[in-house]
Order: sequence, then structure tokens, then C-alpha cells
Amino acid sequence: MAFEDQRTTVYKVDPAHPESETLPTLRTEELLLNMGPQHPSTHGVLKVILELEGERLVKSTPVLGFLHRGVEKLAEDGTYHQFIPHTDRLDYVCAMYNNFAYCRAVEKLMNITVPDRADYLRTIVAEVQRIIGHQFWLGTQALDIGAMTVFFYCFRDREILLDWFDELCGARLTTSWYRIGGVERDFTPSLLGKLRQFLDYFPPKIDEYVVFLEKNRIWIARTKGVAVISAEDAVSFGLSGPTLRGSGVDYDLRKAEPYSAYPKCEFSVPLGKNGDTYDRYWIRVQELYESVKIIRQCLEQMQEGPIMADVPSVTLPPKERVFTNLESMIQQFKLFSQGFDAPPGEIYCGTEAHKGELGFYIVSTGGGKPYRLKIRAPSFIHMGAFDHMSRGYMIADAITLFGTYDIVMGECDR
Amino acid sequence: MSLQQVASRVQETFATGFVRAVEWRGDLAVTVTRDRLHEVAQFLHDDPAMDFDYIVHVSSVDWPDDEERFEVVYEFYSIKKRQRIRLKTRVPESDCIVDSLTDLWKGADFMEREVYDMMGIRFRHHPDLRRILMPDDYTEGYPLRKDFPLRGKGWRDTFEFLDETAR
Repeated sequence: MAFEDQRTTVYKVDPAHPESETLPTLRTEELLLNMGPQHPSTHGVLKVILELEGERLVKSTPVLGFLHRGVEKLAEDGTYHQFIPHTDRLDYVCAMYNNFAYCRAVEKLMNITVPDRADYLRTIVAEVQRIIGHQFWLGTQALDIGAMTVFFYCFRDREILLDWFDELCGARLTTSWYRIGGVERDFTPSLLGKLRQFLDYFPPKIDEYVVFLEKNRIWIARTKGVAVISAEDAVSFGLSGPTLRGSGVDYDLRKAEPYSAYPKCEFSVPLGKNGDTYDRYWIRVQELYESVKIIRQCLEQMQEGPIMADVPSVTLPPKERVFTNLESMIQQFKLFSQGFDAPPGEIYCGTEAHKGELGFYIVSTGGGKPYRLKIRAPSFIHMGAFDHMSRGYMIADAITLFGTYDIVMGECDR
Repeated sequence: MSLQQVASRVQETFATGFVRAVEWRGDLAVTVTRDRLHEVAQFLHDDPAMDFDYIVHVSSVDWPDDEERFEVVYEFYSIKKRQRIRLKTRVPESDCIVDSLTDLWKGADFMEREVYDMMGIRFRHHPDLRRILMPDDYTEGYPLRKDFPLRGKGWRDTFEFLDETAR
């Protein structure tokens, strides 16, 4: 390890105050502190070695990899369809968006266009997932900083949406609802009703969260001016999502490279000014309102139609046909066991998940399995800026920093 | 500036180091020789017409049958020009080292460490080249290389199972 030499400093006499010469010389030394891997506010198993001078952070070294499962290697062993459930386990808080990002990447590789209705369904569910992600983030960050009530309020409302996911695909967290070329199943009238009900219920609740925090002096003191990063540095570090936009950089893939139904919706991308924790919080709260707006517009514009692209060599047959029709069953079996024949080539496709740019870089040499699959995980890249952003702040601000990245170790370590 | 213009601009500026440029599915991939990689990256970063200020990811691909076995892949994005470029270079196994780009993009630090950890490619002038996801004392090789076994090293087959029926 690089920290074996414990540097010692002896305070010199200040020439402006010669009377201090009479005081005994204070011998101080930097303290090394291991934070994590078992710590409630590290959001998983993350260890950071903190070098402290008093209570100030001099240097911090993240130690990653406690949750490394070799997902990129696993991808080389399965067909493209088989990898979808693995993406659930990357960022296990927001499985839907991982599915979405992966399916989009494979569709780019296979050059498939998704039908209109599937695009709308995908956008709606992705935005519902963004709401869940931000609620989870807001609750845990507030809890880390010491505001407990917001946590309960956020989780109460998050529960409604998780139940909605349960009805949609049978799982609350590991959803696997997206498919290459479309989605697994359509909304039922009951789901549509519940979603509309939630859209009316939710915006006043966001105001409630905000009241709790904006009137909380501790919250303001611990977020304003904490963990500031300049726009230039944020870009150089490759930060993305609200962490980048907090510094005022206008980079949102939903606008920069519009995909799915986003170009057909009107929404704004909130930008921060100061690049501190408060601005990043403010952006995420504004995004909650924007997500509600996007879902409303999608529900209005959505027309009846197919939910799966008609490319039988790649896309799965409808489930009811698999159970009743022999050819469809053979097709489903072959697609899962052998996979489809992907053209040789390489693509990169980035998607704006609620944490930042979640990208998949796929190299194909033909055949049913990816030759190489690289996941660009925002949590991992944000951890690269941890040392830079933490220097000079108090030790308690390290906790704020974990929260402000919205870090999930499943995605960071992969 | 279209992707094709970017590619030809790189080709004009680096006549000796340029290998090829491929545009496929709307992605531009430029391959350069290893000795010019840092210069090309600097050009992409600093030239006002290019202005690729954002680093997206650093990755690597293993081609065991090729003479120059490893491929290092950088992906950059220009926030102002809304454009992407992929920069690639090849390194042989006997001397797998490339110049680090940490002096141009700070984010390259962790990304290059990951490539070193997973594929064993070293980066010259990297400030802190250690393993990042695997343990520091891991000595069993580099997991994403193609010769690293995908399904264990066979020790599972040598397990002696207790016969529960014969008691």
C-alpha cells in the first residue's frame, strides 16, 4: 500500500505572534482512517481510506471491487437475450433503466427500429424508474445527513411505484421487462389507471419533501458550498447526469442525442450554478417534476400498435403464441439457446439513466454472443472524482459525497 | 464538422500514425499507431475545431490470434459540438504499454486503472497504476483476457463429494 509512511509535521513558530514561542511545540501527524467497507452510509460495500489532518480530509483513496462479479466476462458466455437479467443486477435500485440502456445498445448493433407504441411504453417506464431512483436517492441522502422524516416519505411513495412494477412485470426490483426490439408486455387498463392516479397524487408530495428540507437549517448548512466541482473539472473527470449538470454543463443525452419518445415530449433540463451538493439536490428534485410532465405527455400521445419490432430473426415471438404454436416455441427456444447472428462490428450506445450516462460498448465478431461487452458505469466514473472533490472538507462531508453521486456499488464494481 | 471531415482532418494531420478510420452505425472509430496515440489525443482535446473535452470510457479488447494482441479503445465526446469519436490503438503482448492520457482528461485515471486490472495493459506516466476491482495481491492473471477461463479453472471437478446415501 502507498500509505506506509506516516508523515509527521511539527508546527513552526508564527513570526507574527512571537509569544507563541513560549508554548510547547505541538507534534501533530496525519491520521489514516478506514471508512467502510461495512458502513451504513457507504451505500453498499465501499471502502475509502481517508487521510486526515484534524477533521479535514487531506486525501482520500477509494478502494473498490468488493462487489465485483465479473459481469463483463459473464456477458461473453451468454447470448444477447440472456444478458438482460444480468443488467438488472448492475444498478439494482433502477433495473429498468439498465435494461433500457442495454436493449438500446443491442438494437443499435442489429439496426432495429422499435415500433412507436413500444417507444412510448419504454419512455414512460424509464421515467417512472427515474422517479423511483430519485426518491431513493433523496431519502437516503437526507438520512445520511440527518433528516430522517424525508426518508420515510420518499419510501412510502416509492412503494406505490414498486407495487406498480410488480403488477407490470412480476418483480419489484429485478424487472427484466425490456426486450431487444420492444417490451415484454403492454399496459393493462388497471396499470394505466393506477399510473394516472399516481401522477395526480405525486407533485404535491414533491413539494412536501422540499418543505422538509428547505426549512431544515442543518440540511442547508451541510449541502450548500459542500463538495464543489467546477464545470471544467466535472467535464474533464467525465461526470454525467445531475452530478455534471449541477456545475452548469448542459449535457443530457435525452436532449443531446434524443432517443425513444423523448424528442416528441417537451421538457426542460434543469442546470445548477455553483456545482455544490445543494445544486445537485435541486436538479434532482426538478427532474421529478419533469418526469411527471414527460409521463403525462406520453400517456396523451400514445396510440395503439405493436409493442415489438417485427424482426423474427432477432426479436422474441409473443408469449401467448409460444404456448400455442409450435413454430413460435422453436423460435423462442433457438433465440435463447443459440442467439441471433449479430453482424461483425462495434458500437457504443449511451443512455441517460438517472445517475448519469450509462453506456454499453459492444464488440461483435458475428455469432450469437458478444465478443466483448464493456459497461460504462456512471457510479464508477464518479468515484474517480472523489479524491478531488473531497479535499479540504470535513470528514462528515465524505458521507455527503457518497450520497451526492447517488452511488450504487453493484454498478460501480460490476 | 461531419464525422467524415473529422476523420480526414486526423488523417491529414497525422499522415504517419494514421492506420484507418471506420464509420459504422453512425459511430466513427479512428485507429492510430501506438507511438502517436498521445499526440492524436492531444490534438483531439486541444484543437478548437475538434474540442473533444469529455471522456466517455476507456476499454480494451483481446484478439489472441493477432500479432498485436490487445486493442485499447478510448471514446471521447465533444459537449459543444455534440459529437463522438472512438480512438483505438493496438499493442503487442510482449510489450503491452501505451501512453497514459491522464494529463489530458482527469477521468482517464480510474478508467485506465480498470483496463490495467482487467487486461494487463500498462500505461506510461500514469500517476497510480494499481489494480482497482481485483484485490491488490491478486496474481492469477487478468480476468478479461481470452485465455482466462470463462467457467473456472477446473478445480471444481476435483472436489470430493461425500456420498450422502452411504451412511
